[in-house]
Amino acid sequence: MDYQPKRVTLFAGHYGSGKTNIALNFALWLKNLGKDVTVADLDIVNPYFRSADSRDELNKLGIRLISSEYAGSNVDFPALPGEMYAVTEDKSNYAVMDIGGDDRGAYALGRYTEALLSENNYEMIFVINKFRPLTKNASLTLEVLSEIETACGMKFTGIVNNSNLGSLTSVEDIVDSFSYANEVSELSGLPVLFTSVREDLFEEVAEKVGKEKLLPLKLQSKIVD
Amino acid sequence: MGEKVLMKGNEAIAEAAIKAGCRHYFGYPITPQTEVAAYMSKRMPKIGGTFLQAESEVAAINMVIGVSSTGKRVMTSSSSPGVSLKSEGISYLAGCDLPALVVNVQRGGPGLGGIQPSQSDYFQATKGGSHGDYHNIVLAPASVQEMASLTQKGFELADKYRMVSMILADGTLGQMMEPVEIEEVSANQVEKPWALTGTGMKREHNIVNSLYLKPDLLEIKNFERFEKYKVVEENEVMYEEYMVEDADICVVAFGISARVAKNAVNMARAQGIKAGLIRPITLWPFPKKPLFNAAQHCKAFISVEMNMGQMIQDVELAIRCTRPVYLCNRTGGMIPSPDQVLEKIVEVNDGGAK
Repeated sequence: MDYQPKRVTLFAGHYGSGKTNIALNFALWLKNLGKDVTVADLDIVNPYFRSADSRDELNKLGIRLISSEYAGSNVDFPALPGEMYAVTEDKSNYAVMDIGGDDRGAYALGRYTEALLSENNYEMIFVINKFRPLTKNASLTLEVLSEIETACGMKFTGIVNNSNLGSLTSVEDIVDSFSYANEVSELSGLPVLFTSVREDLFEEVAEKVGKEKLLPLKLQSKIVD
Repeated sequence: MGEKVLMKGNEAIAEAAIKAGCRHYFGYPITPQTEVAAYMSKRMPKIGGTFLQAESEVAAINMVIGVSSTGKRVMTSSSSPGVSLKSEGISYLAGCDLPALVVNVQRGGPGLGGIQPSQSDYFQATKGGSHGDYHNIVLAPASVQEMASLTQKGFELADKYRMVSMILADGTLGQMMEPVEIEEVSANQVEKPWALTGTGMKREHNIVNSLYLKPDLLEIKNFERFEKYKVVEENEVMYEEYMVEDADICVVAFGISARVAKNAVNMARAQGIKAGLIRPITLWPFPKKPLFNAAQHCKAFISVEMNMGQMIQDVELAIRCTRPVYLCNRTGGMIPSPDQVLEKIVEVNDGGAK
């Protein structure tokens, strides 16, 4: 993928848009560039399917994970560990921040906004999926965008198109979603940085649109058949 | 059919309800069901509906009673502890013969328990759960698509029989995402001449009430209600059978456990063990006949549940205890693995299970 990463990359968006999955795969991509990578799970909203579920896998890959010690436990406790400040304090690491869904999830980011703005070496990415009913068109998607920006006090700098239908995603679905992503881009003034594609569809999609702006999703959480 | 979209199970319930003409939602947030309320809060104002976050679950269920009395489709949703709070109102709905949809996205219990998935409210859902002689129609989805389709079926049955339909899901189904297609269905399939819609000075006024001053009248009312329940048991049983025809071992599981169990049945078949699966879709009325029939050729049954063994009692009753029924379970928020179920199938098939 042809992309120049900033020191901190933040993924936010509508819940269920695929932020966690992309954050983990983006961290893997950074690691493969030879960077020291920290994944910060700032999700204080979702009870299940957290980046903490991939802790062992990330450990094996040499990627550090900072997450609420309550993630995946039996309590609903919206707290972040003090260790989270390493994201803004330790500038030797490339940080990938996984922000919780919608504006509610983005409130947690506000605590770190000042440090991120003053360092000014971040990319704040809006993750979009046109197959999610509440972001099925560009104008609905922009509503979510402005709610998140208001909640966290930061502006997005780019878009990642993660349009997919889960297991039923076809190559055509992805290619068709480009016009939706472009419309969101036009209306928001933000560039589409890349499109994320399930690994098994990657080659076929790359043939049609080139691989310069495609992120393969190699790490995938699978729950049940 | 509608367009294919990617949804969480909780969202699918909410959208399916809207597409079934439900314009009144009263609830209170609780993990892992909160997305039902969150989705309703975004959609209802845009379509002229009512989303109301009540001050408590008790208030929410009483608002449901109010709207249902007017003949409108109405629902509430919660997770286990919240459904306990609503149970008083559910009994009142039953006593007033009012239709409503109640969703329980179960989590671990008892007490405050935990937020991870569970099926430990089976007794509460199927055996009444609140005071008095009554039943709910209990529907157990096993996919995001069924979260949607059974929500719509739930409204239809509730209206048809003037009963509470309960969706008994669990946290996994509520939180997981799958592609889904949701149909638009009519909210006016059933006439509701009993509803409180204003007499317009043209008819006698209707009364919706669960209080009977004379015990003999209350007895008659209860007898009548149970005649209706018989009709439901006769006509509305739903289940899925998978490889049961020639099975020696019959696995019984509902909801997310059935997804796991189906994998285990396939693994057992690959080893040459004749396993099959019966998945009750209606937990009340319980599919007694297919289980009874399976007992004619299956040597043993295995009930796979995410609780300490609740449905197993209905399995034993359905087959009149003619075959041994074994339990394969996890609880407290844990999900059985296909390997665990397979191990049990092998053990039972070898005759060595306890």
